[in-house]
Amino acid sequence: MGAEFVQFSLTPILIGTLAAIACALPGNFLILRRQALIGDAISHVVLPGIVVAFLLTGTVAAIPMLLGAAGAAVVAVILIEAVKRLGRIEPGAAMGVVFTTLFAGGVLLLEQTDTSSVHLDVEHALMGNLESLIWFRATGWESLLDPAALAALPPELGRIAIAAALVAVLTVVFWRWLKIATFDEGSAQALGIPAAALGFGLVITAAVAAVAAFDAVGSIIVIAMFICPPAAARLMTNRLERQIWWSVAFAVLSAVLGYVFAGYGPLWFGSTNAVSAAGMIAAVSGVILGLACLYGPHRARVGAGREDAA
Amino acid sequence: MTTPATIAASGGQAIDAAPPPDCPLAVRGLTVSYGEKPAIFSVDATFPATAMSAIIGPNGAGKSTLLKASLGVIPRLSGSVTVFGTPIDRARDRIAYVPQRASVDWDFPTTVLDVVQMGLYRKVGLLGRLSGRMRARAQDCLDRVGMADFADRQIGQLSGGQQQRVFLARALAQDADLYLLDEPFAGVDAATERAIIDVLKGLKAGGKAVVAVHHDLSTVRAYFDHVFLINVRRMAEGPVSTAFTPENLNATYGGRLGATHIAEFAQAVS
Repeated sequence: MGAEFVQFSLTPILIGTLAAIACALPGNFLILRRQALIGDAISHVVLPGIVVAFLLTGTVAAIPMLLGAAGAAVVAVILIEAVKRLGRIEPGAAMGVVFTTLFAGGVLLLEQTDTSSVHLDVEHALMGNLESLIWFRATGWESLLDPAALAALPPELGRIAIAAALVAVLTVVFWRWLKIATFDEGSAQALGIPAAALGFGLVITAAVAAVAAFDAVGSIIVIAMFICPPAAARLMTNRLERQIWWSVAFAVLSAVLGYVFAGYGPLWFGSTNAVSAAGMIAAVSGVILGLACLYGPHRARVGAGREDAA
Repeated sequence: MTTPATIAASGGQAIDAAPPPDCPLAVRGLTVSYGEKPAIFSVDATFPATAMSAIIGPNGAGKSTLLKASLGVIPRLSGSVTVFGTPIDRARDRIAYVPQRASVDWDFPTTVLDVVQMGLYRKVGLLGRLSGRMRARAQDCLDRVGMADFADRQIGQLSGGQQQRVFLARALAQDADLYLLDEPFAGVDAATERAIIDVLKGLKAGGKAVVAVHHDLSTVRAYFDHVFLINVRRMAEGPVSTAFTPENLNATYGGRLGATHIAEFAQAVS
């Protein structure tokens, strides 16, 4: 755990961990609201946003890419609402229609336009490039105190740290409103809490987390982290407060174990090449969810005894 | 077949435009639509102070819709709602609402006491601390509905009747002046029904107003002072003794109630 670790593994692990936390926090509420698919939707529609941003600006610089992704996420949220209301269909179906169409549009744009000169492809969009986010200037742990080295940290780290902090602060500040509006929207509205705006804000916050995470780690982690850690956490406890902490713990565990397994796992089995860290992090979160389904103390209650709204 | 308009003319009385200033809940010209057809149409309703009022009507008549649209839980196409003489948005501190039990997911990861404390969220704000006095009040409200021993239970482990009592305890914690309940007796056991009606009668004795969507015509006379009959439009309203009549029930239910039922429910009126 010396200089080499700091240089090559510390920043990818930190970025993966922060991305996982940023997505898992809003994921808790999305799952309880039966809107978990929205994370999937957002991470898919990011692709056309990025392609359009590239076509407009001709660069793959981070800021236009992020703006394109955020713009696409907002467009998707509005389209989903529109399809839901105009077609009078359930939200899951509206999301399915919108995100598959936009994702397909993004792939089509990518294939039909001249993007071959730059590193912009579907695999990159899905898997990201976590392993490349290394800290070249670092010479060891002491670099954490060296301003020159700190200035050379990968910019993705700063962006995902800001996004994760924003998500965490919003979760704390709006805790009570989120809790009552998720459990009992009608009563929240009767109390004068702006439940509709809150629901929209939650989706926008999820979009911010998704876009920031996508920038660093690709959409596979985003999709997995919105769903797997919160779903596993729900099986561990019957208290929302504890569920949040469990989900953060599972997100961190997935990111760290996934990164380590991706880097060293294949070597243990005699292979010479590492596998995708993003893919392995998502796989680990899936395994955690599977274990929680089998052994979680509160697994029997989920989905049982639900009465449909009259 | 009789049209709603003629029923309203025969069943409902003409209504003054202005409600009395201390009227706990006054609705004027309320129209709500879920699609092409209005769910409730141009409804006027005036609920009296220090009384228990029932909103009754057949399935799909818009009973819950009237309550929810009054509260702003579902959007209204037109109409105004005043609570104790002020627009409802300035009187939310004085209203407690008990939604239909089946409208929420009881698997939600929270405890009984936590749900009751949700009734205090408006008072404590987003980040204010729940004081010891508020916690004690939440516990006391659980006690009033006979659920004190269940404070730490997960809400999914309760029976239907117990869940309904928890919702009532949450409303009590709000310490409101107007209590609006949507089908509080739906699917609850007899002991719970008894417990709930005792609490509601206690509220009335304390000078509060209670308005409940109610579906069991056989208990209207025992429980309520005032009725509001609705079938998309206002069909009749008034004290139980004058408005809960066979004619009004017939008009409201449009033949869906057998003659024997109507005679049974409204017998004691005449």
